[in-house]
Amino acid sequence: MKSFRTFALKTLLATAASLVLTTPALADVNIGVTLSLTGPASGLGIPVGNQFKLWPKTIAGEKINLIVLDDASDPGKGVTNARRFVTDDKVDIVMGGSITVVTAAIAPVSLESRTPQLAIAPVGLPPEQDRWVFRLPQGFEVMAHPIVAHMKKGGVKTVGFLGYTDAYGELWLKEFTRQAEAQGIKVVATERFARTDTSATPQALKLVSANPDAMLVVASGSGAAMPHKAVMERGYKGRVYQTHAAATPDLVRIGGKDVEGSYVVSGPAVIAEQLPDSHPSKKAAVDFVTQYEKAYGAGTRNQFAGHAYDALIALEKALPVALKKAKPGTAEFRAALRDAIEGMGRTIFAHGVMNWTEKDHWGYTNETGVLLKVVGGKFVVEN
Amino acid sequence: MDASIAGILALDGLGNGAVYALLALATVLVFAVTRVIFIPQGEFVAFGALTLALLQSGKVPGTVWFLLALAAAVVVQDLAAGLRQRRPAARLASQALRTLAWPVGVSLLALWAAPRGLPLLAQAALTVALVTPFGPLLYRLAYESLADASVLVLLIVSVGVHFALVGLGLYFFGAEGFRNPSFWDQRFQFGGLTLAGQTVIIFAASIGLIVGLWLFFERSLAGKALRATAVNRLGARLMGISSAAAGRLSFTMAAFIGALSGLLIGPTTTVFYDSGFLIGLKGFVAAVFAGLSSYPLALVGALGVGLLESFGSFWASAFKEVIVFSTILPVLLWRSLRDPHGEEH
Repeated sequence: MKSFRTFALKTLLATAASLVLTTPALADVNIGVTLSLTGPASGLGIPVGNQFKLWPKTIAGEKINLIVLDDASDPGKGVTNARRFVTDDKVDIVMGGSITVVTAAIAPVSLESRTPQLAIAPVGLPPEQDRWVFRLPQGFEVMAHPIVAHMKKGGVKTVGFLGYTDAYGELWLKEFTRQAEAQGIKVVATERFARTDTSATPQALKLVSANPDAMLVVASGSGAAMPHKAVMERGYKGRVYQTHAAATPDLVRIGGKDVEGSYVVSGPAVIAEQLPDSHPSKKAAVDFVTQYEKAYGAGTRNQFAGHAYDALIALEKALPVALKKAKPGTAEFRAALRDAIEGMGRTIFAHGVMNWTEKDHWGYTNETGVLLKVVGGKFVVEN
Repeated sequence: MDASIAGILALDGLGNGAVYALLALATVLVFAVTRVIFIPQGEFVAFGALTLALLQSGKVPGTVWFLLALAAAVVVQDLAAGLRQRRPAARLASQALRTLAWPVGVSLLALWAAPRGLPLLAQAALTVALVTPFGPLLYRLAYESLADASVLVLLIVSVGVHFALVGLGLYFFGAEGFRNPSFWDQRFQFGGLTLAGQTVIIFAASIGLIVGLWLFFERSLAGKALRATAVNRLGARLMGISSAAAGRLSFTMAAFIGALSGLLIGPTTTVFYDSGFLIGLKGFVAAVFAGLSSYPLALVGALGVGLLESFGSFWASAFKEVIVFSTILPVLLWRSLRDPHGEEH
């Protein structure tokens, strides 16, 4: 009898609460977005926010409510935002953060509230949290793939590694070594440097004296030019490869003629028009770049905004599937949406070809990365 | 390793060491005169290199606005202090005018010169003129009112100034790095060794500056006044030497040396807004080697740091900084054993 009374009471309360609180938003899909719009990582967060402003009002015929909050690059603030999303706004999906630390901090909230989360930063997570989180940026695996493939095609047998002493260098070294060894390519020398070092001459000397067939320089932006120049100044004649963090005009601006003829791996989104017609992402990438630059001016394209563009593609595919199973605003709908994202199969993003599976929430396939060559101070797609 | 590799490493190490030596000298100078452990010394290096880089690309460097903001802050501070002490308005105005004259003048010159693409040497001179006033302005803003505080308090202020300068550097210069053109593109071959013209300039400028400093301290009245303040602040004051003026002069020289180091190192590496800290810290290690008091020992220490860094990167590049900064430990031990003394303050 008691259990019936409790049940009746609960039902009554729940009905009352839903009438009072959620009536206006009952049919809408609520999306909570937390981005680093201020703080040290605002350079990454602001472009993502810009792209969210270009989102349509409805997806698959369903009205969507985008709730964008600023986490000030602070994981604590990100968690506060995420809690607000799941308790007050009753969102159906969380997007963000735009940097790794915030993303990692809000993943437990997504798990606890059983809300799917689209991460806009690369992040490593324990398996139970990983179940609810899907990553939009590419991992190192798919970026190392075109480099290793190109090395193998060119008959490269030995490689010298010159990378940052930080996590970026370390993750690249691990992933690259694993893939290279599988292809019979050996890393014969490993040297490290820091972005603010005054000289990389000693490292370059040692690498050049090991005389590898190719060099891999792992650094970011303008920091990638100094070690590259040091290697060339020591008279290195082999191939030099650079990673996707170096695929910016700054490499050529500082590297000048020393980086001429080197290879750089990149995601497809930012080099849209240059992609060969055979690349699956060409259409999506061109559409993203045209749309973004029309709104924010020529030359404003960047990889971060591309992730928000891709999130829309994912939702357009997953929402209709989930809508067939449950109504937005319910726990069933969130679970259905998660399953729909996980099961959406091969999908063309502006950033590559995505194929999330139960085991893999990174998901990009090896068709994603594109190898570029520096020719006359410009990046040209290398086939 | 053979002789030619050792030669290249030694040359690379000595080239960097020469720049560390300049910063070590500036650190010793500032500490001796004002007892300030000047951690932001390296920031002047980054400011110098980046200012020249932006002038090279025809833009007005952020240094201009930074300098004007700093000068304005000092004027406000002076006015507030003057009004509290009820100084006459005419004196306050002339004081403000003297503070503003140089920063505003050189800023206007930079605004005029930036889009005109002057020759490299003229831009370098303009860079030094822009960065040097940062020294005295920072001293007046952050340190002068604390001149008699303990070394520890001054050190804490230095840490604060360092973070402020790095943060503002990011705002004024942006996150990307720059590399300056070489002042002299000539290359000299000695067997397997290649001596770049820029390295020659680094050596020449370092030696020139060291000789200049020596002459300044030995021959000029201002230099002797600085030395007197360094030896005994109170005694110097009784002899009519203003310790505030000595502090400003030493900071001016520190900023000048920093800006010059930035010009020297700019063409050999990519400089970022935050590059200065580690460069300055290596100068500081060399200064500690000299017990923060001896100029010749600082020079030896700096060249040692440069060589250690270069050979360390060759043998174990992942542990380079560990090697460089760990060497400070035995040096400190040796210094404290050789020269035992209690807390001075």
